[in-house]
Formats: sequence, C-alpha cells, structure tokens
Amino acid sequence: MTLVVETLPVTTAQEQSALVELRGLVVDYVGSERRVRAVDHVDLAIAPGEIVGLAGESGCGKSTIAHALLQILRFPAEVAEGSILFGGRDLATMREQELRRFRWRNVSLVFQSAMSALNPVMRVGDQFVDMMRAHEPVRKRDALARAGDLLELVGIDRARVRAYPHELSGGMRQRVIIAMALALRPELVVMDEPTTALDVVVQREILQQVQDLQRELGFAVLFITHDLSLLLEFANRIAIMYAGELVEVASAETLFRSPRHPYTVGLMSSFPPLTGPLERMTGIPGSPPDLAQPPPGCRFHPRCPHCLAGGPLFARQTTERPELRRIAPEHLVACHLVEEET
Amino acid sequence: MSSALEVRGLTKHFAGPREHFWSHSARIHAVDDVSFTLRPGRITALVGESGSGKSTVAQVLARLYDPTAGQIVFEGRNATGRARRPEVLRYRSQVQMIFQDPFGSLNPVKTVEHHIARPLLIHRLTKREHVRMRVHELLQAVGLVPPQQFAAKFPHQLSGGQRQRVAIARALAVEPAVLLADEPISMLDVSIRIGILNLMLKLKEELGIAFLYVTHDIASARYVADEMLVMYAGQIVEQGPTESVLQDPLHPYTRLLLSAVPDPETGVHGKRLEARPRRGAVDLLGGCRFVDRCPLAIDVCLSVPPKLVTARLDHSARCHVTAPAPIDREDDRVEHLH
Repeated sequence: MTLVVETLPVTTAQEQSALVELRGLVVDYVGSERRVRAVDHVDLAIAPGEIVGLAGESGCGKSTIAHALLQILRFPAEVAEGSILFGGRDLATMREQELRRFRWRNVSLVFQSAMSALNPVMRVGDQFVDMMRAHEPVRKRDALARAGDLLELVGIDRARVRAYPHELSGGMRQRVIIAMALALRPELVVMDEPTTALDVVVQREILQQVQDLQRELGFAVLFITHDLSLLLEFANRIAIMYAGELVEVASAETLFRSPRHPYTVGLMSSFPPLTGPLERMTGIPGSPPDLAQPPPGCRFHPRCPHCLAGGPLFARQTTERPELRRIAPEHLVACHLVEEET
Repeated sequence: MSSALEVRGLTKHFAGPREHFWSHSARIHAVDDVSFTLRPGRITALVGESGSGKSTVAQVLARLYDPTAGQIVFEGRNATGRARRPEVLRYRSQVQMIFQDPFGSLNPVKTVEHHIARPLLIHRLTKREHVRMRVHELLQAVGLVPPQQFAAKFPHQLSGGQRQRVAIARALAVEPAVLLADEPISMLDVSIRIGILNLMLKLKEELGIAFLYVTHDIASARYVADEMLVMYAGQIVEQGPTESVLQDPLHPYTRLLLSAVPDPETGVHGKRLEARPRRGAVDLLGGCRFVDRCPLAIDVCLSVPPKLVTARLDHSARCHVTAPAPIDREDDRVEHLH
C-alpha cells in the first residue's frame, strides 16, 4: 500500500473532502455509579493536508478525542454515540486486525511525554525496526537505513540510531517520536501536547520542523494543546473545546481577529502580550467545571461575564444548551448571545 | 531604595557523574557568581530555560541548599553559613517560598485551615484563640471567599488555582518580607493563571512584599515584573528594568528567547530563530557559555569569558559584542582591523 498524499491548498473546504470526520462523537467514562461524559457530541472534520488545532484546558476532553481517533480508548472510556469516519469508512466497523494496520499507517500519534513513549532499554534504531516490521516485511538492515533517513529528516544525526533514549535531550527525544510518527507516511498525525514539556526555544525549533515537513509531505495534523497562542500561529483552523463540547470553530485568522465565544475571548485575554501596551488583565473567573456534574444550560455560564442574573437571556443560558451554529462560512459558535445577535 | 534581600556572588556547585569509580566526580556549575537585590514592593523576574539554574537560585535563597560560595544578606546580616537558631527561624519565616506544584505542596489529609494555622502556631505569631480569625483573614486576602467554607476543605476538593492560593496564604501567614515564587503558574490551567499573577501584583502593592518570580514564561514575567534577570547556563547574562530588557535586549540569548515566544501576529515562519543549533559539549572553561549557539560570536568569545557590563542605565549584559567591557573595546577594534 503506497500512500502518497498530495499537498492540497490548506484552505480546502472541509466538508467535501474530509480525511477524518467526527460525527456527533460522544465518549463516556463508565463508573460503577455514574457515567461521566468527557466528549459530548463533537462534530469536526479534518481535510487532507490541513493543520487543525484543538485547544482547551485540562480535563476538557481533548486528549480523549485523540485516543478515540486511534481507537485506543480503554475501559472505563467508551464511545457511547456517534462515529469516526476515516476516508468515508467508519472506524467502528474495522476489525482489530485492520485497526492494527490502520494505526500508524494512516493515523499516528505523538504523545506529550517522549520519555515514556520510548523504550528506555532499546536503541532508538531498533525501536524504528520493530515498528516498521509490525507493518510490513522489511529486512532489518533496510529498516535501520530508513530509520537513519527519518532521523535526518527531523534534524538528528543518523548515527544516533545507535543511541539509547536517555542519551538524547528532551527535544531530541520528541523529534525521534515525530520521526517515528512519520515513518509510514500517514495521512494524519495527531499531536497531543507535543511540546508542552519543552523550552520555548526548543518548542519553536520543533514546530518549524513539523511545519516544513508538513509542507513537504502534505500530511494533516490534529494539534492538541492548552496553549492557544501557539495554535494561532501554527494551525490553519482551530476548534475551542470547553467541558467536553466544541464551543467555537474558525480559521486561526478569524479566531485571532474576531473571536465570538466568551470563553475564547477569555482565553485570548489570558495570555499577556510580549509587545505593545500592557493593561491589567482579567483572565476568566472561577475554574473549569467537574464533568461529573456539569452546569445545566450553557456549560460556560457560571464563568461567563455576559450571563447575569436578571439579564434577558439568563433563563436560556442557564437551562438550554446552546448549539454549535454557523455564523459565517467558516465560523461556528455555540453561544446564545451570539445566536441572538445574528 | 532599601533592599529586602541582597544576593552577592552566589555560587552553587553540585557533584556530577563520575567517569570511573575511583575518579573525582565532575562539578556541575548550577549557579555561578549570581548577584542581585530584591526590593520591597517590587517583583523581580528570573527567566531562563530549564537547566539554567533559576530554580536552584530560588532553592538556595529558601535555604533548602547551602550555597557553595557567596552571601545572602538579609536585614544587614549574612544568612548563609552557621547562623544561630533564632536567626535561622527569623530568616525562614521572613523569606517564604511558593512551589510549582500545588498538588504536591499540600498535605492531602489535612484541611486548608490546618495548613495556614500551622505557620502561625510554629512561629508563635498569633494567640491560639485568634488563629481561626487570622486564617479567615488570610483566605480573604488571597481571594478564597467565603473563607469559612474554604477553611474546612481538603486539598482534593480544590482546583489547582485554589490550591496555589492556599499555598500563597500559607506563605503570607508569617508576614514575610520576601516571597520566592518558583514557576507558580506553570502547572495551572491557562484561564486561571492571570488570577494568580494579579494576586502577586496586589500583594506587592498592598503589603510591599519583595518577590522573586522564577519562570520560563517571558510574557507573564513582563506582565508582573519590574526588573528582569535572564539566566543562561548558571550565569546571569542580562539584567535590567523589564521593559528595557524586553524591548531592546542586549544579550543574544535574550533575543533568542524573545523570538521563540509564540506570537499570532507573525506566524511560525514570520521570524526564524537566528541562533545556531547547539553543537553539544563545549569546553565551558574557555570563553562565553553561549558561544556555540550565538549568531554574533567573534574570536574573543571563544577564549575570554565575558563579564556582566553595565551598558545602559541600570541595564547590564554579559556579552563581548553588545556590551563590551571598557577595556576590551580597544582590543576589539584591533581585531576588526585585521
């Protein structure tokens, strides 16, 4: 199976030619007494060659989406409703044997902590060999040569195939993981907080490299992070997640210039600027909700500056869940306030 | 201006790995000849990458380690070395630390009230019957209202931001002159970080506390700090008023750090990093410690370690090129002619 993905213009209309599509995805964590809904009816499409950012705070369900995408959710997590389509095919219909081939060849995953993703007692090269041999019959010597090529691709000396993980710096380990994720030329690379544990300087070096590689090889990226300022710079399109739901989806440009959801606005004003005038900022009052007992109505309403008792929308905000609605061709928002205005 | 805490030539070496069983262990220069002053009502940011020694500075100041050399001058006396117990107690109560991990710094089986009451009792600051009132006052000061409700809670019932506020209230309990905050927001959710930074600003303004804010997040340092120290490989490479350092940085490392911070206005490729990649181990003994990554390096950088030179008003840097020492200037000119 050869998968040569053509580099598509990054602004392809997502709906027509989606590579991956989440349709009404619901993931529950099943406890003995209750179910906690970590992902609640999420619709998201990723086009070939597109960089989609998924931003949200810890516990909002963003990593759960990554795990669902690779079908590696384990008990107590389960997909309760909805489907994930890859190239039009529902992943739920795939047998385990097929899934094993699908993972890494079609969709690969870069984890946050590179140290725990690499085997500490195995040379880096041998880990590449293992991975390649799991997918195709290849001689060890050839696999090692390819491992060397891949390391060079991410800016590491090919002689490092002989190194053990502890002999590499944190940034280099993360690069090794990225090289591995790219080894079988997947169409989608899911990156779950890939640079969170790294320094800003190393983070930027790696992001530049990923972007160069993405332009060269044309794979799509789902980039998951809590750092919105990073996504605004790096992603084509951004989905903002809050308490298990998508609350706003727009192009990075639109989101930066005119964010509409109060949570997005709050997130934007949570990053102090490095240049320009400095004002006292407010951030967002309160803290993210416990998903075991999410607030009724709009989940953001207890922290929302526009949700005031006695206000004209108060009853709706506190009882009725807002739907993700299209307010512009490429801009979706789930907010009663925005709905009323448009 | 008076100083709350003065650090002079602070040095901390750790024993590194040994090459053979019989050989002496290598020395790791975690902190090398660091000097600065913390002033009441001012926040000093200490920024740098991981491994630069910034946390070690805070830990030595909190007296968790003894320094290898140098002095920590507090209330006119050197606090290092063998001080008498009352002096040690006095220092430890006046210089408080807030740790990075609010999940690890609180005892999971004790209530919030217990955590804040303990320093009051240990340092005998409040009469027993007034302790509860004082605890409520402190909770109020850090924005945990209603205090009665929060006092009875256990750490697991609080969010990360609330726990960090408890840690701050505990540090404030002893009415310290100096607070050392080591990455206090890096483990918190993005939306609540500003709240903690605002609390630091409020405490500095209302209580006149001298802060040392240790962080890798330059934007947050700009938000709160009056003065900035940039650390690289154990040394301070640039030091000055925050805006002066950030808007017009002298040291190439500061410039590198600034260019690496995400900025939605430009995009990843808007500003490529100008530094060269690390070449691996270089002999630190010779020249500047940044020389292998420096885009401005000249010959002298390989052989002569630069000194911290005051190049502008209150603004100094450790660089042969951008902040040449007065004596070096002559030599430089000669070299350029060749």
